[in-house]
Amino acid sequence: MGLTAKSTGIKLIEGSLDIEKETPNDKVIALAGNPNVGKSTVFNALTGMNQHTGNWPGKTVTSAQGKCTFNKTNYIMVDIPGTYSLMAHSAEEEVARDFICFGNPDAIIVVCDATCLERNMNLVLQTIEISDHVIVCVNLMDEAKKKHIYIDFGSLQKDLGVPVVGISARSGKGLGELMQAVEELNNETFINPIKIKYISPIEEAIAILEPAVKEKLGDKLSSRWVSLKLIDSDDSLMSSIKKYLGFDITKDEAIAKKIFEARAHLKECGINEDTLNDKIASCLVITAEGICADAVSFESEKYNSRDRKIDRILTSKWSGYPIMILLLIFIFYLTITGANYPSEIIANVLFKFQDVLLEFFKSLHIPNWITDMVVMGVYRVLAWVVSVMLPPMAIFFPLFTLLEDVGYLPRIAFNLDRHFKKANACGKQALTMCMGFGCNAAGIVGCRIIDSPRERLIATITNNFVPCNGRFPTLIAIITMFFASSVALPFQSFISTLILTGVIVLGIIMTFLISTLLSVTILKGVPSSFTLELPPYRKPQIGKVIVRSIFDRTLFVLGRAAVVAAPAGLIIWIMANVKVGGISLLLHCSQFLDPFAKLLGLDGVILIAFILGFPANEIVVPIIIMAYMATGSIVDLQDLTQLRTLLVNNGWTWLTAVCTMLFSLMHWPCSTTCLTIKKETQSLKWTAISFAIPTVVGMLICFLVASTARIFGLV
Amino acid sequence: MNEIFSLSNLKEGETATVKKLRSTGSMRRRLQDIGLIEGTRVECLQKSPSGDPIAFLIRGAVIALRSEDSCNVVMSEN
Repeated sequence: MGLTAKSTGIKLIEGSLDIEKETPNDKVIALAGNPNVGKSTVFNALTGMNQHTGNWPGKTVTSAQGKCTFNKTNYIMVDIPGTYSLMAHSAEEEVARDFICFGNPDAIIVVCDATCLERNMNLVLQTIEISDHVIVCVNLMDEAKKKHIYIDFGSLQKDLGVPVVGISARSGKGLGELMQAVEELNNETFINPIKIKYISPIEEAIAILEPAVKEKLGDKLSSRWVSLKLIDSDDSLMSSIKKYLGFDITKDEAIAKKIFEARAHLKECGINEDTLNDKIASCLVITAEGICADAVSFESEKYNSRDRKIDRILTSKWSGYPIMILLLIFIFYLTITGANYPSEIIANVLFKFQDVLLEFFKSLHIPNWITDMVVMGVYRVLAWVVSVMLPPMAIFFPLFTLLEDVGYLPRIAFNLDRHFKKANACGKQALTMCMGFGCNAAGIVGCRIIDSPRERLIATITNNFVPCNGRFPTLIAIITMFFASSVALPFQSFISTLILTGVIVLGIIMTFLISTLLSVTILKGVPSSFTLELPPYRKPQIGKVIVRSIFDRTLFVLGRAAVVAAPAGLIIWIMANVKVGGISLLLHCSQFLDPFAKLLGLDGVILIAFILGFPANEIVVPIIIMAYMATGSIVDLQDLTQLRTLLVNNGWTWLTAVCTMLFSLMHWPCSTTCLTIKKETQSLKWTAISFAIPTVVGMLICFLVASTARIFGLV
Repeated sequence: MNEIFSLSNLKEGETATVKKLRSTGSMRRRLQDIGLIEGTRVECLQKSPSGDPIAFLIRGAVIALRSEDSCNVVMSEN
């Protein structure tokens, strides 16, 4: 039985995290840290879970929870979003701050990057200000060692007054010590968290207010910290505190009076509201600087020179763009070429098994129509999804994850930001688009890394113009059948790659176009400012990435195939076999849709396939095949040439192929994506718009292409 | 000689010291979060292919800023 947050006494603010404890003795550990310090890796290593990790800031956009047992105690690890600060300028920072303040975790592990400790110290200090159960975990010690950066843990621990543990999460080194520190946290004698000393006027102002706050809050929150925030009038925090306490402390007469006094004192000393914020920030930065000056030493100032050299190639004026495009082409080429062989083998095996299955059903004397329904309906669609769709995914996904692991994706955002700015959007949209290649739903969750709500909406609405993993195989199959087959064999993959790249580039162009259009119409505004971190390059964990993503991906696709493709196969089979007025339901529907679909250069069957493919794009092609086969022309489909014959027999021309590809690139988002958009935007209106825009655009373009081709008599 | 200029004018490979932040609101706080305060040494690393944004080395981290933001950071040579 899962206990709810309420019953275990953990009171959380609505909309933030709910923690499920198994027993009341379970301890809750929060993992905080700057973006891109390997927090997710630490989390995975401790919990054995597979939170997707990547080398770019903002990877953890949702908070994950996992369990970990150490010396017979259960720990619930909560991976909170990575932030630079807890001053709550963005949604993630608010979530992180609220969990640290009000989630009442038994310990907070602040994960730091050993190669960039000083920048990380800002968050450490801010966390220590709020809580005294802090453990500092210096991750990436292996990278630091390579760069000859040395960290004096004794000095760090002494200066911070909290336990400090050095680890290399990727190799698992130091995790035991980390958990040991968590276990011993409450017995440690040396814990005496550093008190950040502000300049005297601020300290005096805090002293004026703190007694009144302490009286009101007791030990619920750090009264010193709350006092500072009250003087600084941090509205976002005050509204969270109000929700937590159930009353507005700024409305308390005694406190309001003291706040007024404290602010008056600051004004006397020449500090007004604007400068107060600066002074607080400076004090933190200077304290961090001092601590790191004591603890960090490096052999040479040039420890990052290798990264700079790589950057000079990957983001230079001359080679930045060409390398980006070549990499894209290279990945597609590998995917297309690599997928051919396993695809053929799997198809052979699965379709051989179909005969076995038929025999088996026959031997059991099962009625023909059931055999037909199960084998021709359910099994065939499953077999298609697995043999045609799975191999490209299993190749593309790990390749892409490798790029992510190395740290290339933020460079793409760096290279392309100017163009996004011209579209009045945010450069980080490049990152969310990259995520969209994997899965649009993931891309949309990723949009949280964009601070401005307007730009976030643009990124959300346009994410679907990037074809996801489920749509790639459709595109690849059609390209191979209709466009590459006329070329001599060794060049086929190459031509396919070029065409696929063209389709992707079209998707990207559409993204820019629609983004620009949105910025001048329903989402008017100017691009807001942003900072983009370019993390150090890291050696990818090739083996781990390949094994994990193939494994995860395979399971995911198989699971989806079972859940979605099988019922869809069943529906199609029923539609093809239930006859009304002598004609099958399928024919009724496709005939009904046919005139409209023909305008778009498609046919009724294709349109039905896209509609039935709403739960998962992977099943569009299998449904088309099923539908054609069910309407008569049964062919034994073992490779793409035979499939091509089937399609051509059903009236496909090059125009049908082009329009199907265009429609695949631009149509409604799949159901998972729609649900995610609804969840992220909390608005039916924006979900509907995200649904309508790609659909309308796709239909318009298909219509234009089809009409143009027909007018000029090209078909 | 202690000329002041904006961070966006810093040339690739050059280093200078922050004199003042002219940005306001959330960008000002964001810059402070990444350690950009008066007295911070900043090195200009490299421009992106289209010339903007520009990558800077700030307290050991590489951060890219758009020119309209970096022009609000007042620098001096030392």
